[in-house]
Amino acid sequence: MFYYVDVSGADLQVDSFEELAMPLFDQLYNFAHWLTQNREEAEDLVQETYAKALKGFSSFQLGTNFRAWMYRILRNTFLTSRTGLKATMTVPLDTEEDGPELAVESQTPETILVGRSDRELLQKAIDELPVYFREILLLCEVEEMSYQEIAETLSIPMGTVMSRLSRARKTLRDRLRPQVREGSATAAIAKGTNRAL
Amino acid sequence: MLCESWKEKFDTYLDGELPSEEMRAFDTHVHSCSSCAADALARVQLKRGIQAAGKRFAPTSEFRRRIQGKIATKPQRSFRLTWMFAAALSIVTVASLFSTYLGVQRSHREQAYSEIADLHVAALASSSRVDVVSTDRHTVKPWFQGKIPFAFDLPEVQNSEFTLVGGRMTYAGQSPGAHLIYTVRKHEISVFVFQEGAFRGIWDEGSSVTKELSFNIATWSHGGLRYFVIGDASTADISNLAKLFKTASS
Repeated sequence: MFYYVDVSGADLQVDSFEELAMPLFDQLYNFAHWLTQNREEAEDLVQETYAKALKGFSSFQLGTNFRAWMYRILRNTFLTSRTGLKATMTVPLDTEEDGPELAVESQTPETILVGRSDRELLQKAIDELPVYFREILLLCEVEEMSYQEIAETLSIPMGTVMSRLSRARKTLRDRLRPQVREGSATAAIAKGTNRAL
Repeated sequence: MLCESWKEKFDTYLDGELPSEEMRAFDTHVHSCSSCAADALARVQLKRGIQAAGKRFAPTSEFRRRIQGKIATKPQRSFRLTWMFAAALSIVTVASLFSTYLGVQRSHREQAYSEIADLHVAALASSSRVDVVSTDRHTVKPWFQGKIPFAFDLPEVQNSEFTLVGGRMTYAGQSPGAHLIYTVRKHEISVFVFQEGAFRGIWDEGSSVTKELSFNIATWSHGGLRYFVIGDASTADISNLAKLFKTASS
């Protein structure tokens, strides 16, 4: 089955906003919901993003990165909709407590998590991350954006993308570790109880 | 190189963002070092976990309709009301006359799409994907001189998200053509250029991006040449690359 979208004709600019923007609808909504953590606010945010993008589409340069442009509008709209959020988006500098990047151990939060398919535990951990870590992780892992695209979306240099991503992953691992231990203990107790029975 | 010096770049490696030479060196190291292999596996599992967990929220169909209604290009109401009945009547009248013809056309068109998809997949599966390897369009374009019986223009992609990988000769419908490969993020996109004669008369002109088996395909005709842009990248990516080519050739 084929689906047709027009990419020819002189009236390209008039017709193509919908063609370019609607394929991004599900992804933008998912990202908006992660940012706002609320369905109603996510819908408002997506609606405002599309309204702004449509209004400013004449200034969008065809051939440049439309996806990054849409995400940038959504993110900026989110930041300005929340009083004081811009201030909290200031990312703390690396502290000495962070320490160097260590090798991931063989029995780690990620291996155990995947083994259990415990999606909810991971979702909760991502939810609890600061917005600046949550958004960069989602853009990289879920949206599969390149570092260049993330840099454009977040308006930060490539070097900052790399360091912030690294810190976001480390923070997530650190936060998962105690939950995984707790989960393992619960599983062990359950196993012991079953044996006793 | 010691493992510690690799560790700093582990995430960049797994994100596919290291330069190709370093990627190859990293691949070699990971295959020979059990500690780094275990580390890589754990990190990949976390990436996959986040990817799965991250696809969490879906918009309601009512909300989608609301937004689509707001951004859709609306035809003028008076025009629509006046002509709706007459158009519907005409469509019903002529539909039966055209159904056989359209069926044949559709069959030819789908056959052509399948052929293009096969060429794309076969090239990506090949150990030598391109015969001329260059990110420079001024190197790739002249390479085709004397090899194909036509000339075409390549767009400048340096300031876009696309990267030219190179080009190769190809054949479809027993006609020689050009096959160019581009990358966008982690996706590879093929652009095919043939003489229109091989595909004449089987296209619904003005309706030119298709989707089949998860491939998006854009096609159009310009200056006696038929262009195809195909890949597993998003419709927007395919459409953007198609537009760059259209701009370059106009």
